Amino acid sequence: MFRNQYDTDVTTWSPAGRLFQVEYAMEAVKQGSAAIGLRSKTHVVLASVNKANSELSSHQKKIFKVDDHIGVAIAGLTADGRVLSRYMRSECINYSYSYESKLPVGRLVVQLADKAQVCTQRSWKRPYGVGLLVGGLDESGAHLYYNCPSGNYFEYQAFAMGSRSQAAKTYMERKFETFTESSRENLIKDALFALRETLQGEKLTSSICTVAVVGVDESFHILDKETVQALINEFEIAGEEAPANEAAPQDQGGDAQAGAADQGPTDQGVAPMDI
Amino acid sequence: MPIQQANWSPYDNNGGTCVAIAGADYCVIAADTRMSTGYNILTRDYSKIIQLADKSVMASSGFQADVRALQKVLEARHLVYQHQHNKQMSCPAMAQLLSNTLYYKRFFPYYSFNVLGGLDSEGKGCVFTYDAVGSYERVGYSSQGSGSTLIMPFLDNQLKSPSPLLLPAKDAVTPLSESEAADLVKTCFASATERDIYTGDKLEILVLNAEGIRREYMELRKD
Repeated sequence: MFRNQYDTDVTTWSPAGRLFQVEYAMEAVKQGSAAIGLRSKTHVVLASVNKANSELSSHQKKIFKVDDHIGVAIAGLTADGRVLSRYMRSECINYSYSYESKLPVGRLVVQLADKAQVCTQRSWKRPYGVGLLVGGLDESGAHLYYNCPSGNYFEYQAFAMGSRSQAAKTYMERKFETFTESSRENLIKDALFALRETLQGEKLTSSICTVAVVGVDESFHILDKETVQALINEFEIAGEEAPANEAAPQDQGGDAQAGAADQGPTDQGVAPMDI
Repeated sequence: MPIQQANWSPYDNNGGTCVAIAGADYCVIAADTRMSTGYNILTRDYSKIIQLADKSVMASSGFQADVRALQKVLEARHLVYQHQHNKQMSCPAMAQLLSNTLYYKRFFPYYSFNVLGGLDSEGKGCVFTYDAVGSYERVGYSSQGSGSTLIMPFLDNQLKSPSPLLLPAKDAVTPLSESEAADLVKTCFASATERDIYTGDKLEILVLNAEGIRREYMELRKD
């Protein structure tokens, strides 16, 4: 996209019928670090890559609990994401207060989308620069939605957003048919595999990722570092081994695995984008 | 035609009694389960106790519609706190919140007489007692509700520390064990049930300690 004379205002249409400011907002989502979500019949898993500004700083928080039955992962302007998470939490609390039952996920995402739309039709506002992956459970089952700055939202079986998310999407496109009937453990495993795809060869450890789960008998919660590392080791996805159903070429390119305590098998998995 | 007066009241009194006793490392909170209106019984099986946080339990007697509304407000506020602070509210914090919530409606009060019990940040038992508009105080034990006038003097007799002016200097109240405190509560209610028509049916006791929370029931006279 290049600068043009129709992109200053969110309230200015281009002759081709585009709102450039909204599209630029969606670009901001693509710049954020990756976040993915997958859904089975009974569980939803959200996972994100934690980027830190420098070695000295802490990681950004990208996954938020909204209620016992809903969580959200964000990518893009995390400040906008925090504000929207606060809004979502508030909506859930108010609904529970009024109706003494859980806010259905579908209702929440509509409210969120309408809120985003407002910012695309006011001259004194700007669109939210954050994409939200809303995962939750309600009476009609497990749901995963993607809300984008334009005010659009769709339900997904699996989705990825942020930088290098296409790699994760490619992996999930191959496997998504198995997700519905997947067990909780396999769903988390697939989430970790998909997340690894976005790392482009970098080693997957629990210190650079966050994983959260919500399920039929399981409140939304973020898995602690030890659990995640144990799962990574168990599934041997530290970057050493390719996923079981992939015929990854034996690429002996330099890989920083020497001395790692959790050494997997010695053949290396290659991220699809490198082929 | 004789002069007519308005006689609709937004309030009703559903009766019942609540008690709480704080121990060295536990807290006992109890209330009967009878709900009445006038001279009638609405139900023999209504809980006046709610767990607001890990270490905070509230028992309330008075107008149960207002009690329920108050409980919902506190539950919602606790969720907000958890989102903001990433932890549960401590009992003293909840105590202050309850006071502020009650005073917020100073000019149309919650007709709710509360005792809040739990463990403080050091793990010691704590009890807070309130009036309808939020005046509160941390105490070692308290009772509220229709049977409180019968129970409170008895608790004073059993639990109150001797005056510090007394000679020879006496130790503060002998700390009761958890089971002794629970038995004392049962005795209180058995007695109050005899003479207070609004107290009876069943007693619900919650014991809060470091291990968690335990619930017990005891039958009371149903007349």
